[in-house]
Formats: sequence, structure tokens, C-alpha cells
Amino acid sequence: MSASTGRPEDGTPTLELRGIDKSFGAVQVLHGVNMKVYPGQVTALVGDNGAGKSTLIKSIAGIHTIDAGELLFEGKPVSISGPREAAALGIEIVYQDLALADNLDVVQNMFLGRERKNGIVLDEISMEQAARDTLSKLSVRTLKSVRQLVASLSGGQRQTVAIAKAVLWESKLVVLDEPTAALGVAQTRQVLDLVRRLADTGHAVVFISHNMVDVFEVADRVAALYLGRMAADIPISQVNRSQVIELITAGRSGDVGIAPADVAAVEV
Amino acid sequence: MSTTIPAATGEQEPGGAPSGFEGDRAADSLGGAVRAYVDRVRGGDLGALPAVLGILVLGLFFTVLRPETFLTPRNMANLADQAAPIIILAMGLVFVLLLGEIDLSAGVVSGVCAAVMAKLLADAGSPWYVAVAAAILTGVLIGLFTGSLVGLIGIPSFVVTLALFLGWQGFTLRLIGEGGTVPVRDPVISAISDKNVPVVLGWILALVVIALYAALQLNRWRVQRAKNLASQPLAVVLVRIGVIALVVVLVTAVLSVDRAPAPGVVLAGIPYAIPLVVLLLLILTFLLGRTGFGRHVYAVGGNAEAARRAGISVTKIKVTVFVIGSTLAAVSGIVAAARLGSVAPGSGGGNTLLYAVGAAVIGGTSLFGGRGRARDAVLGGLVVAIIANGLGLLGTEAYLNFIITGGVLLLAASVDALARRRAAATGH
Repeated sequence: MSASTGRPEDGTPTLELRGIDKSFGAVQVLHGVNMKVYPGQVTALVGDNGAGKSTLIKSIAGIHTIDAGELLFEGKPVSISGPREAAALGIEIVYQDLALADNLDVVQNMFLGRERKNGIVLDEISMEQAARDTLSKLSVRTLKSVRQLVASLSGGQRQTVAIAKAVLWESKLVVLDEPTAALGVAQTRQVLDLVRRLADTGHAVVFISHNMVDVFEVADRVAALYLGRMAADIPISQVNRSQVIELITAGRSGDVGIAPADVAAVEV
Repeated sequence: MSTTIPAATGEQEPGGAPSGFEGDRAADSLGGAVRAYVDRVRGGDLGALPAVLGILVLGLFFTVLRPETFLTPRNMANLADQAAPIIILAMGLVFVLLLGEIDLSAGVVSGVCAAVMAKLLADAGSPWYVAVAAAILTGVLIGLFTGSLVGLIGIPSFVVTLALFLGWQGFTLRLIGEGGTVPVRDPVISAISDKNVPVVLGWILALVVIALYAALQLNRWRVQRAKNLASQPLAVVLVRIGVIALVVVLVTAVLSVDRAPAPGVVLAGIPYAIPLVVLLLLILTFLLGRTGFGRHVYAVGGNAEAARRAGISVTKIKVTVFVIGSTLAAVSGIVAAARLGSVAPGSGGGNTLLYAVGAAVIGGTSLFGGRGRARDAVLGGLVVAIIANGLGLLGTEAYLNFIITGGVLLLAASVDALARRRAAATGH
């Protein structure tokens, strides 16, 4: 299994969150969230609907500004106040609804908004070569042509293109929001392989999923959010599937998770 | 000296690409390319097919019904003059339609701009270049206004341009005066439709266009092959160059024949409207296909949210596109005024807009946004002009002209909608 590779976790995390708070009006969505994401590892971010997963990744992406807490990128404190700044640091988010233009081809989509140019003319040759290189590096073999329209791709292929697009920009941290949610068995397989390769090529990967089979197949670490609190952020080798489900649904499982007193406080 | 390393360079067998994108070369023969094209058409991607078929069928139809008048050099020159304003207006609409928007005021905007030009020429006695610049500036400002209402305030373009469709007609009426017409007699402007390129120069231009097109196509093919990128088979590139060359030579040949109605005078050569349309076609094709701006227009039309997340300013693209649309409307108004020799309060009204939208859609531009090219305006504009021209030769009554032209537009829109559904079903 690719999971639990036993990599040491004492290196500098690519991204470290310390005590992140976030409120929308009177509703506090995130409570002192701590999280570490390491290069070369897939961190599964799990949690029930409304646990704060989306808010957390939008805070990382710079779409939401955090109220309190610290964001450390490669050990240095940073403040991210917009998607552009996140991209400049090397953070790429692959949203669930993909954000691809159906009427453009694979290369055009991968470079959308960041086209390479010679003067005012688009440099199609260098873009096509770079797109090919990136797809080859990720061992993507499911695309017939890099010049085929995205409209003609299957769901798995689209996900592949969206992920490859994120990798193209020398990104260090790639956040994938439920990349396997709407896929069939074979396509899920392709995407999970790709997620694994992403980590194996040195990227820090955050993988959001509700599917425990996928999580245990691909993740090195698991971070469980429970009602806006980080119940656990641990190597996946230390837990089994039912424990993760307990963490998601109750915030606690055996010795890991939020202290019983706190759980009681949250549930009041 | 023998080597065990297979010589990979220079091999161009299908699937030879190292990254395994075998589809980039799957259609690496003329037969394969034809099959791929048939698949695309059956999958709902009709491209230029309906317009080309329309031109051929309608041409044949009117040739059979009016053999002595339709396919004559004189009528062909007339057809070119008739088509030019429609094509230029449609070119602007292609941009607007690419975003999935509509500009119902484009026709009357061409009227306003033509009126500005005519008033400056007739009343102020301005030289032609001042009048033309003023007309084009008027178009730019109108486009900025429309684009701001749509892009910045966020009013649906249908409503904005419907309101402006009424409003600008009032402007033209105020400028020209009730019941009046302003003549356009400036020799330079009238030359757009009255005068012809000298025959020798016409042939030179034709050959330059062919040579340029062939050189660009072949060079692109060569570079793509050399760098092992996705490319079309050489045969397809050659066939395309051949077709373009044939059309250019045919048109030039027909229009180089003396078409003077009476002996003694010589009337031959390409009307100036044609090089004007070709020039615009080249510029706009370059803008849409080869620049970042063009790419972003397609992206906004295909998925505005994706474009926004990619850091593209959707508002800026929208405003710019409406400016381009209105500017081309101004050019169209100038060409139409040159042809008619005057500007009236009703200029640009009536079926002007319908013809132009019809031209864009018949040419293959989608009403749903994201699909269309500058050449669609040329092909579709020719279809529309052939219908208007042919029905004129047949002497059909006015009511029938309206019904037939409206019917053709509906037909084109149906083809567009059905093709889109088919494309959604087959994933093309």
C-alpha cells in the first residue's frame, strides 16, 4: 500500500496552521485549528458536512481572511490576502467544480489566464510542450490528445487536467477538493494514482474526501475536523477506518481526538 | 558502426510521440482526417459546413432560375458590395455572441455613426478622414457605454441593447431631421463601393494573399512536426491551401472581366469593399486566434467562472468586446453609406441587424457563446447577401423577402441549438 510510507515527520511542513479562528458574523466556523502538511505526503482532510473543510481551504487559498492564528509556509509566517498571493507562494487549489472551459482544449485550459507569449502573440509551441511535459511527468496516459477540447473528456480526464493544471505552476502545495466525488471505479483509480504521483514528485497534497476507502488508499496523514475543531492530525498508520469515522462523527476515538470535556462543551 | 539505440528522430509514425498522446497523430492520413471530420460533424461540430453548403445550393438555385443575370460579373461585383456591410456588422456581432451576449443595437449604431460622418462631410465640410475618424470614435464611445452598462452594472445585454436600439434611432433622427437624407458624395468614401482595384494590382494582391496564407500554414505545420506537437496531416494543409487559392483566383478572375453595361467604357477589377473585408478578416482572425485577449474572450464565453478564477477580468473583456462590436458597426455604417450614397433616419434600422445576426449564426457562431470565428461572418454574410440579391433578381415581393430571410435565420438558430444538443450528448 502506498499509505503509511513511514516517512519521518520531523522535517519542515510545507504548510502549518496554528490556532486558526474564523467567524462569519456571529457564527464561529473554525476554532483554533492546527494542521501540518508535509512535502511528499498526502494529507487527507476529512470531516462531516459543515465541519469547516471548505472554510479552511478557502482560508488557505486567500479567499477568506482569517480572524486569528498563524499560517506558516515552509516555516515562514505568511499572510495570504488573495488567490493571487496564494498562487505566488505555490499554493494551487483544485475546486470540486473544476473551473475548466469546455470550449477550449487541454493546453489552453492548463495555461488559462497565464498564457505564454512572444510579444502579443501566444506562444502555442512552448505551451503545448510544457503541457505535454507536465502530463508525462505525472504519467498521464489517458488523454488521446493535448489538443482535444475539454468538452470531449470524461470526468476522470477532466479531473486529471485540472490537477495537471495545478502542477504546471511549480506549485508546492496542491489542495484537491473531493476529486473523486463524481467518478466511476476506473476513473477514481486513475485520479488516486495521480494524487499519489503528485506526492511522490515532492508536492505537499491536501486531499479532501468523504470516501474512507480512498483516504486509506492514498493518504499518509489524516486530519479530521469536527465542528470547526481539529480532532486529530496524525499519521494514518496510527488509526483504522472505524476510528477515523468516530473522529468525524464524534470528534474523539479512544485516546485521540478532542478531550472529553471539550467534546461535551462543543456539543452543548 | 552499429548502434542498438533505435533512431527515434525523424520518425513520424502514428503514436510515435513519446508522451503517448497517440490521438495527436491518429488522423495522420487524408483518409483518417476525412473520417475524423465526418465524426466531428456527426458529433454536432458543424463548423463552416452549413454556410458553404448554403452558398453552393443558393448559388445553384438562383443560377438555374436567373441564368442570364445571377452569375454575371456585374452581379457578382454587386453581390460583394451588398455583402460587405452585412459581413462587417456580423464580424462585430461574432465577438459579442462569443461571450453569449447579444447586441440588438448594432444596426442602429451603424446608422448613428454613418449619420455623424455624413453630417460632418455635408454640413461642416470636413475632409473624409476627419469624418471617418469621428464616425469610428462615435462607435468606440457607444461601445464603451453599452459595455459599461452590461459589464459594470450587470444589466442583461438583451435589455440594454433593446433600449439602445430605440434610443439611438432617436439620435439618428435628430441628426438627419425628419424625412430628410444627407448625401454622401465624398469621392474617397464613395470609392469603397463605386471604384475598383486596378486589374493588375488586383491580381498582385490576390497572389500575395495566397502566398501569405500558404506560407503561414506550411510554416506552422513544419514547426509542429519538427517539435513533435499535435498537427494535421500535410495533405489536409495542402487541400486547405488549394481551396483558398482556388476561391481567391476565381473571384479575382470573375471580377477582372469587363462588366461595363455599354461598350466603350471599361469597368473591371475587384471592388474596394473586398480588400477591406479581407483586411478586417485577417486582423480579427489574428486577434481571436493568436492573442491572449482572443483566448480570454473564448474562455469567458465558455465558462465565465473558470475565467474569473484564472485571474481574467471578465468585466474588462465584456466592455472591450462591446467596443469592438460597435466600432465594427461604425465601419459597416460607413460602407453602407458609401454604397447607398446617402444616410437617412432609417439607416441601420429595419432588417440590418437581423441580417447580421443571421450571417454570424449561419456562418457557425453559436448563440450560446464560446464558439465562433471571424470567418463565420464572411461565409454567413455571403449566404444572407445571396438570398437578398437573388430574391431581388427574381422580383419577389417585399413581404416574401421578410418571411424568407426570417425563416433562414430561424433555420440557422435551430441548427445551432440542435448541434449544441448533439455535441452535449456525444461529448464533442
